Amino acid sequence: MSRLPEILRQHESEIYANWLREMTSAVRRSDLLSEKQLQGESKELLTAIVEGAKSGDVANLENPAWEPAKELLQSVSARRAQSGFSPSETATYILSLKRPIFEAIRKELGAKADELFSEIWTATLMIDKLALITAEAFQSTREQLITRQQQDMLELSTPVVKLWDGILALPIIGTLDSARTQVVMESLLGAVVQTNSRVAIIDITGVPTVDTLVAQHLLKTITAARLMGAECIISGVRPQIAQTIVHLGIDLSQVITKAKLSDAFALALQKSGRAVVRTTPERSPVLGNRLAANKEPKE
Amino acid sequence: MEKIPILRMGSFLLVTIQVDMHDRLAVQLQDDLTQNISDHDATGVLIDISSLEIVDSFIGRMLANIAAMARVLDAETVVVGMQPAVAITLVELGMSLSGVRTALNVESGMELLYEIRGNFHSDQDNEISQA
Amino acid sequence: MKSLKRETFPIRTSSDVVVARQKVREWALELKFSIVDQTKIVTAASELARNTLDHGKGGKVILEILDDTPRKGLKLLFEDNGPGIADLAAALRDGFTTGGGMGLGLGGSKRLVNDFALESEVGKGTKVTVVRWK
Repeated sequence: MSRLPEILRQHESEIYANWLREMTSAVRRSDLLSEKQLQGESKELLTAIVEGAKSGDVANLENPAWEPAKELLQSVSARRAQSGFSPSETATYILSLKRPIFEAIRKELGAKADELFSEIWTATLMIDKLALITAEAFQSTREQLITRQQQDMLELSTPVVKLWDGILALPIIGTLDSARTQVVMESLLGAVVQTNSRVAIIDITGVPTVDTLVAQHLLKTITAARLMGAECIISGVRPQIAQTIVHLGIDLSQVITKAKLSDAFALALQKSGRAVVRTTPERSPVLGNRLAANKEPKE
Repeated sequence: MEKIPILRMGSFLLVTIQVDMHDRLAVQLQDDLTQNISDHDATGVLIDISSLEIVDSFIGRMLANIAAMARVLDAETVVVGMQPAVAITLVELGMSLSGVRTALNVESGMELLYEIRGNFHSDQDNEISQA
Repeated sequence: MKSLKRETFPIRTSSDVVVARQKVREWALELKFSIVDQTKIVTAASELARNTLDHGKGGKVILEILDDTPRKGLKLLFEDNGPGIADLAAALRDGFTTGGGMGLGLGGSKRLVNDFALESEVGKGTKVTVVRWK
């Protein structure tokens, strides 16, 4: 049976004092963490570690007695990650526990070389594992931060444009996954309310592929807009997209689709009871007549 | 028991839902509306839900029911003013309310009703009264 | 993961369903959820509270705020000792689109939250746990 739990308990305050002294100014980062906070956190951590070791399972952190210590480590790590500590600063913070603990072990078992070695080995295993926990916790905090930032970027990349009174255009560039769809819906619907628009043209020229999922996301957006009283027209449907849609059996019969944005705009104008009228006559008489002949007004 | 007021504008009925309805109130509204459509030969119903911050499946079904029952009584229903967050949530819930006409606000809703039903009771034009 | 706040509310009448909605909205506001996220969790609460009342013959809901640094979450646990759900898979399937069917709304509610867990035993009761993270 390891004598480490007992040693830790008996020498706790000594280990704590030595640990604080052991931390070099580099690891301390007094610019990010006040001395008082550091002392408070360290004391809490050490007590939790001593408690965990009490289970007898010193190097096996899977034992439930280690849960409080692990949770504490994770939240300390997460906080430090957010404050700006580097992962090695936080890991070194934990690793600097080694010397004070080894000192305590030597005090108890200095004369017995074999026992000394064995306890030091157990202690080192334990501290290494604790340090690794901080590294992992750090990593996951960073990842969550990145995800948040990606979310923010998504919001910026879906602009809604007012084409005319009551007519909006929403060009989508890139793939339409479920996260993006949420952002698109929010932007579009918000704009519909703000501008009192009844028609929204969703242009998918910039969407590389339209599979069943993307089609579902588009349909969701269209349904949401309809629930609010705005009608959507999909434009920018490339021939390949049209083929894919038919092959996949996607039902877009309830949706108006146009190949070109200009056609969609013309339809939107019509729907809002408007027409575009030429106010100045054609320039060149020869060309003008030809052009006039080709440009029969669409009814 | 409290009731949601129904206003009459010519041959149209106007309902503004402003309270967080419990189920009985919603059922009561359904009954009142159908009764009123029949009593006054209404040809259109405008339901303003711009104050509703939550529309769950029960309320959604209520709206669909009202539209269906009104149609049987030869009246058109338009639901107006759904909030964006509500629309997004309803769609996520799986409700499309495809049998219900919608419009952005009361003004557009009335325009739509005039478009589809006209206002045949011309002597009652511009008369707003408690139904 | 720590629990920052925890409170139980009864679901025995249809007014309780309205109260549950209001409480969930209050707590969601506390956590500063976006309008859309607020609406989603409150609507899910409304669906599940109604299920607890109508199918579960009454029960309770436990609201809890979770701290999983750096994120926080609002957890709702709906519990009843009603007849239970025999076919869980069918219950989770969407029951309606235009509003005709009488689906339990569980499939829809699942899409409104981040975490969703359903436990049920015929004759014993049902437990639905949902979490919306910030």
